[in-house]
Amino acid sequence: MTKVLVVDDSNSIRDMVSFTLKSAGYQTVEAKDGQEGLNKAKSSSFDLVISDVNMPNMDGISLCTELRKLVNFKFTPILMLTTESSAEMKMRGKSAGATGWLVKPFNPEKLLATIKRVVK
Amino acid sequence: MSIDLSQFIPSFLEESFEGLELMESELLNLKEGDNETIDSIFRAAHSIKGGAGTFGFVKVTEFTHLVETLLDEMRDGRREINSKDTEILLESVDCMRLLIEAARDDEEYDQDKVAQTTSRLAETLGDEPSSDSDNQSENMVAASNVCGYTINFIPEHSLAKTGNDPLFIFSALAELGQLTLSADCNDLPALVDIDPQELYLSWQLTLYTDADEAEIREIFEWVEDECLLEVVPIPDTSNTSQDIDVLASEEEPQSQSTTTKQESLVNTPKSSTETELAQDGKVEDENIPAKAKAKADVGSIRVGVDKIDNLINLVGELVITQSMLSELGNDFDMDKVDRLTSGLEQLLQNTKELQESVMRIRMLPISFAFNRFPRLVHDLAIKTGKKMELVIKGEQTELDKTVMEQIGDPLVHLVRNAADHGIESCEVRLAKGKPEKGTISLDAYHQGGNIVIEIKDDGAGIDREIVLAKAVEKGLIDVNAILTESQVYDLLFEPGFSTAAEVTDISGRGVGMDVVKRNIQSLGGRIQVESTLGKGSCFKVHLPLTLAILDGQLVKVGSETYIIPLIAIVESLQIDNKLINRVSGDMVLYRLRDDNVPILPIYQLFNLATKCTEIDKALLVVVEADGQKIGLMVDDLLAQQQVVIKSLKDNYQQVAGISGATILGDGSVAMILDIPGIIHMALAQAQHAQREKTDGNASVTAEVCL
Repeated sequence: MTKVLVVDDSNSIRDMVSFTLKSAGYQTVEAKDGQEGLNKAKSSSFDLVISDVNMPNMDGISLCTELRKLVNFKFTPILMLTTESSAEMKMRGKSAGATGWLVKPFNPEKLLATIKRVVK
Repeated sequence: MSIDLSQFIPSFLEESFEGLELMESELLNLKEGDNETIDSIFRAAHSIKGGAGTFGFVKVTEFTHLVETLLDEMRDGRREINSKDTEILLESVDCMRLLIEAARDDEEYDQDKVAQTTSRLAETLGDEPSSDSDNQSENMVAASNVCGYTINFIPEHSLAKTGNDPLFIFSALAELGQLTLSADCNDLPALVDIDPQELYLSWQLTLYTDADEAEIREIFEWVEDECLLEVVPIPDTSNTSQDIDVLASEEEPQSQSTTTKQESLVNTPKSSTETELAQDGKVEDENIPAKAKAKADVGSIRVGVDKIDNLINLVGELVITQSMLSELGNDFDMDKVDRLTSGLEQLLQNTKELQESVMRIRMLPISFAFNRFPRLVHDLAIKTGKKMELVIKGEQTELDKTVMEQIGDPLVHLVRNAADHGIESCEVRLAKGKPEKGTISLDAYHQGGNIVIEIKDDGAGIDREIVLAKAVEKGLIDVNAILTESQVYDLLFEPGFSTAAEVTDISGRGVGMDVVKRNIQSLGGRIQVESTLGKGSCFKVHLPLTLAILDGQLVKVGSETYIIPLIAIVESLQIDNKLINRVSGDMVLYRLRDDNVPILPIYQLFNLATKCTEIDKALLVVVEADGQKIGLMVDDLLAQQQVVIKSLKDNYQQVAGISGATILGDGSVAMILDIPGIIHMALAQAQHAQREKTDGNASVTAEVCL
């Protein structure tokens, strides 16, 4: 079963993403900021990480950088949730090792369609 | 598959309002160079924007975008933090709240205010067109006469390290139509040279599809920088072009409308700037805080997971105890009495802990109610042109959620009064030798079974004479009436009473203080005023912790059992005859170290028959409320125990001197004494007695002693 780590400081977005993924048959683990996400990532392995960028404690870009340092996450797709779709934002994500990005707002259908590009 | 997003909206709203509160309080504390604060404000705005977009609150998203842009400039250091921008941001927070509430209730909002703030924001931002409307739709090529594409995809060797996998990309492509592909293995090195982490293949794909080029490029969006990508349309030889047209044109208007919307957001308000600014809104003061509170009555409560976990844990233990007891009961004989006793003890423990945990769920720190005041005082200071600061204490004092929700508005009223009537203008203050800046303080603490909220200011105080004159003018009292201090202050709560020389838009219409009092009374509380002319005033709101469980001292009077809240008790003592001091009237005082404490026999208060009427044979329970002590004369002290308060008002009717009732272990009903109420009654009685006597020389009156 495809296992997804969902990191977002907003309950509603996290719930929505998680619910959407679960209803499509994915298994999800939630974290409310980068630090919690990193801790959960260290204790388990995931097939996909979806993370917000702006979060307290540890932001999404740093999370991404940290994850890439872990052996388990060398090739794991990491998608950033952003509200900015600017090129600069994408570059920041890319250079931190992000696989791609999802621009908010997005709807559940779009979310599911998009992540098919990186996981089963 | 369609997923109903509406189920997430309540939690979005909840966190948005929390975010707004955070923004507000952080903005009020914002100082130059405080990047952390800016960051957290930005994050809050950002989350609201993101959520609003996802859940379809377009107006909120649009508006918040401007706020976020401004904050972003501050965050990057492109813009200095000044008070003007902070004001605009505070106003924006109000607007966001309006918009979110409007979206939640599906109602109209104050468009003028929003438009006005929008224009001020846009103005501040220098009318730069919003930056992220650029990437919308340049890739709309005429997609006519195309039935598919050949795609050359040559990824860089390191592609996999970004987490992308060509296979998934291909399967996403395959969903668009009919896909054939061939791999090019020419780059593949000799086996010994292969780095398993690298990607050596490249592909040529042929896709027959109705989709346009943009859709295909979108699938490669995440890898476009790490590969060579060519998408070449395959000219259509048959006649399917029309379908493709339709598809393409469906896409177009959508993205166009997004662009125009964003433009119009910046433009429209700009055109109406002058007119809007001219008619400065007076409405805002009335509307915002009142509305915000009135609608905050959501029937949900946010409880920490730890509290819930604890509950579950306790229930688990209860179940274990229960099964142990029932097994014990299966074939019980007297040998097992010990085990039964310990089992019952455990049950008692479980029940108590469970009860406490459940109660704790409803209790929230009063900071929930206090949080809005820094902003309120900040605004009032600007509006009145006075200087003042707010000091908040005791914000961790816990209060039942229901009480909290209903006390908000009365508190707002009292704080406004303090700011408007209490605090004097800077000149007056300086002339009086006070610090230029006035102080309003909010404090909350527990006293007895009550919570006391104090609203104190160091302003002008209440002028007795003016209040009296006004009351006479309004025909509330007789010209010659002699009133005590507290009776004078009670006049403030008469409907339509206002001492403000001038009616301002903040307060002073005299609508309200009576409502404040009524609201507080309806919560079973009361309000008390202390004031020193020239020094300031203090309004004390006493509220019961409804639903609370009370630690009580059971006392016996005649055949009745009463409960005295344990926290009200100063001490209990055997009466020493030498210390009894009989003064005028029926008043009996007891010398308790440095205090003279009036003795109030409960049997007299409630007209009970008891054998124990001799003062020196009875016990005295000294209780305190509002800084006043009184000795309650009782026959005997019984146990101390926790009792559940049952409202007398709900089950019977309000009775003076009784705050509630409870059911004791033996099933009988016992009344809980309302100590402050009893003290008031005693006071009133003493005064009454004094007046009856009409003896002007009555040496010591209860009032003086108290």
